[in-house]
Amino acid sequence: MIELQSSLVELIRKTSAELPDDVHQAILKSLLNEKKGTIAESALKIIDRNIALAKQKSQPICQDTGSIIFYVSGPVLLDQISFETTARAAVTEATKKGFLRQNSVDSLTGVNDGTNVGPGSPAIHFHQHLAPTIEVRLILKGGGCENVGAQYSLPNEKLKANRDLDGCRKVILDAVLQAQGKGCGPGILGVCIGGDRATGYEFSKQQFLRKIDDRNPIPELDQLETDIVETSNRLGIGPMGFGGETTLLGAKICAANRLPASFFVSISYMCWAYRRQGVSLNPQGEINSWLY
Amino acid sequence: MIHLTIPFTEEKIRALKVGDAVEISGPIFTGRDVVHKYLHEGGTLPSEVNLRDGIIYHCGPVVMKDPTGQWRVTAAGPTTSIREEPYQGQIIKDFGLRGVIGKGGMGDRTLEACKSAGCVYFHAVGGAAQVLAECITSVKSVHFLKEFGSPEAIWELTVERFPVVVTMDSHSQSLHREVLATSTAALAKSL
Repeated sequence: MIELQSSLVELIRKTSAELPDDVHQAILKSLLNEKKGTIAESALKIIDRNIALAKQKSQPICQDTGSIIFYVSGPVLLDQISFETTARAAVTEATKKGFLRQNSVDSLTGVNDGTNVGPGSPAIHFHQHLAPTIEVRLILKGGGCENVGAQYSLPNEKLKANRDLDGCRKVILDAVLQAQGKGCGPGILGVCIGGDRATGYEFSKQQFLRKIDDRNPIPELDQLETDIVETSNRLGIGPMGFGGETTLLGAKICAANRLPASFFVSISYMCWAYRRQGVSLNPQGEINSWLY
Repeated sequence: MIHLTIPFTEEKIRALKVGDAVEISGPIFTGRDVVHKYLHEGGTLPSEVNLRDGIIYHCGPVVMKDPTGQWRVTAAGPTTSIREEPYQGQIIKDFGLRGVIGKGGMGDRTLEACKSAGCVYFHAVGGAAQVLAECITSVKSVHFLKEFGSPEAIWELTVERFPVVVTMDSHSQSLHREVLATSTAALAKSL
């Protein structure tokens, strides 16, 4: 795994500077749908220019390079301790090179040591799989969109949301309404129905590993995803909350088992600057292929 | 497109209306969460940081030192402004600000301060860190770098044709309040 650190630095660079094609296509489609001459259209044009400029200059799409979340799938004998040590070194190196902002603050002292490494940063989720390859996916999620995430406990009397799919729909749409333009829309939702307070949010974020144009294999959830996007886009919140046609580019929803006493709906909001990439590595840690 | 150069006059700021697209040129200062809390608690500014008739930009940029030792901004979009709502109105009044640049809009207390003091809220496109960094022609100084850390420091930047939209003006109009009202009504019909 001699090449692992340089591969992870390259993964961080590409994730920070280049928007995945499925996201870019969705943004271009929303630009075509926006009324000409509006400030919403103008915002989307700036966004499109920004995507091109970031790629060309190999610099961050957004200055908030976000929470650094790795998802690693590897064979049974993958040395997770070494991997984590190398990932931390890669994050420090990528920060020195300007692919990441000095973005990690000690919550007790307020000190930002400029490395992006500390308790909880980066976050690394390991999974074993029955293949010799190592796949590393990375999500960089900025603070503006993280702050508009929400977790609801059903029933919710105020929203008249019961413990059923219609109740889930009501609270998800409420989260979109509350977010307005503060999460840098047009956004993408990751939602988990069920789970506990921690796993609910965790699974909601894992939905961002899906492609925007994929379909949910569970018919009820697929229908709910389509409905949430269509209904949200009738609210007129629009890009940046300027008013307009596109409030959401996508909604990805999963379900996890819950306790009889609990019914959480956990909603993570991803900004348009949806930074997600992945690599498949060979045994030396070199990049074999890109996953998105 | 309206072009404005800093320092602003009250007259020029009061002429702006919600929805106006503006390009700004001149010196601006970044200031976000730590700076707002610090100023609100009575913290003082070095004499070089003169906010009067100028702008505070809610931004934590990525800034690199080039081989000659000069600072260079490589990414600089706005951060979410609503977090500064507890402090912003007072700071507008105390420091004579004519403009705040950020994203996502602010609340009633800031809107009231914009009206009474002659200030507007300029919305930059969130996430557009490269387009906006291209409009920054130089870094003149940095303050509180060690104490607050790079994203929270006060960076004095010179900007050239920096694109923004007025979303809160000095006549009590707010696009954010308007969109919240229309979208709340639209959602009530969809449930």
